[in-house]
Amino acid sequence: MTNGDYTPLLLSLKVAAISTSIVFVAGVFFAYLFAKKQFFGKSIIESFFMLPLVLPPTVVGFGLLVLFGKKGWIGSWLIEWFDFQVVFTWIGAVIASIVVSFPLMYQSAVAAFESLDKKFENVARTMGASEWRVFWTVAFPLAWPGLLAGLVLSFARGLGEFGATLMLAGYIPGKTDTIPMAIYFAVESGQMEKATFWVIIIVALGFSTIMWLNWWSKRNMRRFSNDVKRR
Amino acid sequence: MKKNVLLFCLFFVLLLSFGCSDGGKVKEDEEQVELLVSAAASLTDVLTELKEEYEKDHKNTSITFNFGSSGKLAAQIEQGAPADLFLSASAKDMDNMNDKGLIDEPSRIDFTQNSLVLISNKDSTIDLNSFEKIDSAKIDHLAIGEPESVPVGRYTKEVFEHLGLWEPLQSKLVMGSDVRQVLTHVEMGNADLGIVYASDALISDKVKVLAKADTEWHEPIVYPGAIVDSSRHKEEAQEFLDYLMSADGKLQLEKFGFK
Repeated sequence: MTNGDYTPLLLSLKVAAISTSIVFVAGVFFAYLFAKKQFFGKSIIESFFMLPLVLPPTVVGFGLLVLFGKKGWIGSWLIEWFDFQVVFTWIGAVIASIVVSFPLMYQSAVAAFESLDKKFENVARTMGASEWRVFWTVAFPLAWPGLLAGLVLSFARGLGEFGATLMLAGYIPGKTDTIPMAIYFAVESGQMEKATFWVIIIVALGFSTIMWLNWWSKRNMRRFSNDVKRR
Repeated sequence: MKKNVLLFCLFFVLLLSFGCSDGGKVKEDEEQVELLVSAAASLTDVLTELKEEYEKDHKNTSITFNFGSSGKLAAQIEQGAPADLFLSASAKDMDNMNDKGLIDEPSRIDFTQNSLVLISNKDSTIDLNSFEKIDSAKIDHLAIGEPESVPVGRYTKEVFEHLGLWEPLQSKLVMGSDVRQVLTHVEMGNADLGIVYASDALISDKVKVLAKADTEWHEPIVYPGAIVDSSRHKEEAQEFLDYLMSADGKLQLEKFGFK
């Protein structure tokens, strides 16, 4: 069909994969840090984290342009020191994806860590395990189902990001045209066949990701409850 | 609890007062005609200013605008939006409306024109004074409207094809989803150059115009206006359309970069 041009698919997968990896590490880090502690200003920082979830994409995109544009605070610094421009590159799409999917990862991770029974961690500590080891051998494995849910949601959200990406990465066919952008411009220009093709692809991707998550968490829950019974 | 009840009462009082003021307005406007004008987004600034003048001279008419892209406005009218006058930025959308019998054909008229300009950021050091001299090696990004879906992009493509620049510039093109986005890319300094309508460049104080495109290079950028066939205020709609064509109207349009 669409003259065999699969760049939007590859680009979307690349952008979503990279942004999800970064979001996962950052989300788990902040969630683990914040879930255990109460401190002044915590709710302010948390509200700030969640903001991209409720803001219109154009506002997020504009904010990112102000930060990462050639004259922006971070953007001008990056150009000066690394001669590296974020705007109108696929890295811009990655940044937009990170910002919009971070709230999902953070929220899932906080929920996962908060539901942990502190007893297990404390037991490990009494046995002399370092905080690092407590995290890797106790907290992380126990929170994994919740973390995975966040991971998958972030991936799906990153895959579908459009508004902020269009502003930060621009629409450059062959370079920054992710699937949602290919769909938007195909619809606007009346190329319904092309639009339908990409709609099917992205629906299939999103659907199978969520199906897999459901299947995986059910299987996991069963195994977990079996474990408990055996004890 | 007490506080909540108080707040609730306050809310109600506010609601009531809004209701009252609305009611009052309706009575006052009884002999008045409210003209609903669906107009292309690029006309926003000029029409908003023009409206004040117009309403001063025509006390019995109050004008309400519905701004949007011409394609969307046409779709709204087709779905039964109660517009009286349609001011489009593209002849194509007007043709479609005409084919479907949605406009009063004899009233159709091209009331103004726009042109394309090459712009850069106000602080830009790019030394350029014509479209022909755009050198793809000297720029990183050139912002244009997406040529398949955005009218300004379609005209831009025609210009570049005419000048033989479409192919050489391919790798530098960043495509916006509308003309305002193209303007934003240049205003924020992210794109070195951009191509927008003269009327848009005039509104922004963060860009400068480097060159004007010759109108021979592209299809004329005309703004057709016509009375909507289902309008109940055809006389008043015609009056407003006539005003746009009058010397006063033309002067205002020119002030905003149209001609």
